[in-house]
Amino acid sequence: MEEILAKARRVAEEADVFLVSAEETPVQFEANRIKNIQSKQSTMVALRVVRGGKVGYASSTSLGDSLRIVDMAVQVAQFGAEARFELPTMQTYPRVDIYDAEVENTSLNTMVGLGEELIGKLLKHTPGLICDGRVTRGSYLVRILNSRGGEANYRETVFSLGIGGTLIRDTDMLFVGDNESSCHPVLSSDKIASKVLEQLELAKNKAQVQTKMMPVVFTPDGVASAFTASLMTAFNGKMVIEGASPIGDKLGQKAFDEKLSLHDDPTIAYRPSSRPCDDEGVASQVTPLIEGGVVKSFLYDLQTAALGRTRSTGSASRSRGGVPVPSPSAFVITPGDVTFEQMVSDIREGLVIEELMGAEQGNTLGGDFGGNVLLGYKIENGKIIGRVKDTMVAGNVYQLLRDIAAIGSETKWVGRGLNVPALYFSRVSVTAKG
Amino acid sequence: MRDIAEIGRSLAEALKRYPADHIEAHLEESQATRISYRGRELESVDQTVAVGGNIRAMVKGGWGFASFNAFDDLPARVEAAVKQAALVGREKTQLAQIEPVVEVIPLEAGRNPAEVPLADKKQQLDEYLDIIWRTPQIRTSTIGYGDGYRRYIYLNSAGSFIEQTRADITLRLTAVATADGEVQQAGFSVGSRGDFSAVRGLQQQVMETAGRAVALLSAPHVKGGEYTVVLDPILAGVFVHEAFGHLSESDFVYENEQMRQLMTLGKEFGSPELNVVDSALVPGLRGSFKYDDEGVPASKTYLIREGKLVGRLHSRETAGKMNELPTGNARAINFQHPPIVRMTNTYIEPRGATFEDIIGDIKEGVYARNWYGGTTSMEMFTFSAGETYMIRNGKLAEMVRPVVLTGNVFTTLKNIDAIGSDLDMNQGGGCGKAGQSPLPVSNGSPHIRVSRCLVGGR
Repeated sequence: MEEILAKARRVAEEADVFLVSAEETPVQFEANRIKNIQSKQSTMVALRVVRGGKVGYASSTSLGDSLRIVDMAVQVAQFGAEARFELPTMQTYPRVDIYDAEVENTSLNTMVGLGEELIGKLLKHTPGLICDGRVTRGSYLVRILNSRGGEANYRETVFSLGIGGTLIRDTDMLFVGDNESSCHPVLSSDKIASKVLEQLELAKNKAQVQTKMMPVVFTPDGVASAFTASLMTAFNGKMVIEGASPIGDKLGQKAFDEKLSLHDDPTIAYRPSSRPCDDEGVASQVTPLIEGGVVKSFLYDLQTAALGRTRSTGSASRSRGGVPVPSPSAFVITPGDVTFEQMVSDIREGLVIEELMGAEQGNTLGGDFGGNVLLGYKIENGKIIGRVKDTMVAGNVYQLLRDIAAIGSETKWVGRGLNVPALYFSRVSVTAKG
Repeated sequence: MRDIAEIGRSLAEALKRYPADHIEAHLEESQATRISYRGRELESVDQTVAVGGNIRAMVKGGWGFASFNAFDDLPARVEAAVKQAALVGREKTQLAQIEPVVEVIPLEAGRNPAEVPLADKKQQLDEYLDIIWRTPQIRTSTIGYGDGYRRYIYLNSAGSFIEQTRADITLRLTAVATADGEVQQAGFSVGSRGDFSAVRGLQQQVMETAGRAVALLSAPHVKGGEYTVVLDPILAGVFVHEAFGHLSESDFVYENEQMRQLMTLGKEFGSPELNVVDSALVPGLRGSFKYDDEGVPASKTYLIREGKLVGRLHSRETAGKMNELPTGNARAINFQHPPIVRMTNTYIEPRGATFEDIIGDIKEGVYARNWYGGTTSMEMFTFSAGETYMIRNGKLAEMVRPVVLTGNVFTTLKNIDAIGSDLDMNQGGGCGKAGQSPLPVSNGSPHIRVSRCLVGGR
């Protein structure tokens, strides 16, 4: 890396080198049985140069050929965008604990056993269930060096456990599942098992729904499948400076229900989405995005911040060594004061959405979503009575989030970087077959 | 650094010496260029090169897999893969038999995007950017261009040694219009098997796309409900990929007794008019190849013929376990992943109906064109249109906001009641499955009509 930086400095005004090196070991289960074990070693080094005021990027899986990567970056810099940013100098980063050697020490046998135990619990409840699962341990090394003396260096471990079950009866298919991840080993399958068992219980009976507007409760997973793609785009500084974010001109204004608060937090200990600095070496910070319904900030990397005449929020992300883009690390919605049970008991006729399939393939920029209820339940007279199918739910994120009936009192981590409660809306468009 | 072919030759004999039922190696070098624009500005130009490989071993029906960027100490990688496979294997290895192949398949002439100067690529994109921004009310736009080529070697313990080189180009363009807090977008994507001319000459299409983004601002929403829907060849291609293609991938079926019963060959899925094909043998398409990533020759596979299920897509393992012939559909996006069962070029075969025949007797319906995306859960699928129009009294009527359509594979395919003659393949898509995305595929169809299709709306 030092060699690449030294060579780049000879031909460019500024340069930074980003290295991510990974060792991942996924253990996979298929049709209720262990199917394969993988070990994946990968390295990616990415160079950014500023030459003649313009930016060029190049990346390679090999650290060995330093001259080639410098040549490639310089070659594309002549066509590149104008550099508006200044790379960070040496700085101290907040302490963010994301490494646990116990992850690396977890044996393959333990991982196989964990998956088998989880599948066993589910099959005991529902013998016909067919489960695919994955237990993965990974360790990562990230290094950043730049021509202004900036330097970052950290290690991270990630352990994840995930399961998906299918239950087929005639041509009817039911999909259940959950996953959990941490920088510590996840050595108990209890949490996931109880979540999936609850899904199986609630889905036992079938229920009919009619096309109309009705109250809908989105569980944390439901919120993730319907709302977050739009919000992530809307708070991306790039969309804001282009004028394409529907809330880009609402800074300091109330654009959401006053119950809603949202922030981005890359500093939570032992969360896989956390890190001491972003992928440009800018220190991690907690960034409030919505407070009491008021838009407080957007997310920026260096170049985007410079174009927007503001500061980087330490939100640069370079997945697999790609070009940096502003991206949330962990979207956290502040919990409210209503339990899920209270929401359900408040509804005479409505739906619970656990997963909407394909909701985010439309005009997410404008906030439109619409999808098929892959897993959802009908509420009648304050009780969940069974699973609904052949049903679509559609709406607009910005319209719905202006008027939230209640926010759940408990949050759940969904995927890598979402920590959200259930959200309850009074009127959502539901379209049913027949 | 040593050439991957040379590394492969040095590995070939060694693969036979380990205690495994089957071992294969994949070695690869690739390079890619990406150019992206956001708004009026060039966002980035990026070049990347990658080398690496993997070893995959099977012991008693269990797989071990090791991928790497560094070619030093390959014997240790082989040992790791074999050891992992042994830890998994508890049954017996059942891989469909194939003949070992030794062959070199070079890049087709005129299909190397690396030979087109970067300046020419940028100039072409600049021209499209200008066209978008000449449209009033356009707020922003994105253009993402990518090209790349891969040279990869497959070898196995049975003596196969196949070297293939292929190139791929994609262009996705989106125009965004805003007014009074409303944001609307329109876009399209194209792709090719390395032929740069596929991304030239799109001026008219770019202009129409930008105009449509603006027009959508004042377009009404469709009222949600069941409609007779007419799909253009692009969206019908996405539909057949999502609604049926994934279900025909045997890895969802082979170890699942209930799915096997559901997918019994001979089962009726559609009308006698309906033929669905997956073929990697169509020359020049993005999903085409000569050998898949298990060294199995590519084939043309009828999935549905005259409405009945007649075939499915296989890897060596799924074919072996189901006692069917391998089809050459095991594909990996790159050396970091093991091959899994994937589609190649999937399409509905053309029939005789004209567009007028198809819409002529529809009193109120929806005409959906172009695509945003699609996804499936096997039974249920959704796919979304890029453009939507109402059909009223047998004629195309007003444009409406793009819709999301959903259906159930066991009923919706049967509801296809008219199939046109104008088969067209969409080369702009990519498919994602099991964390491997995007895989170059193409989909196609003639215009089709689907009765009683669920359309989301407000």
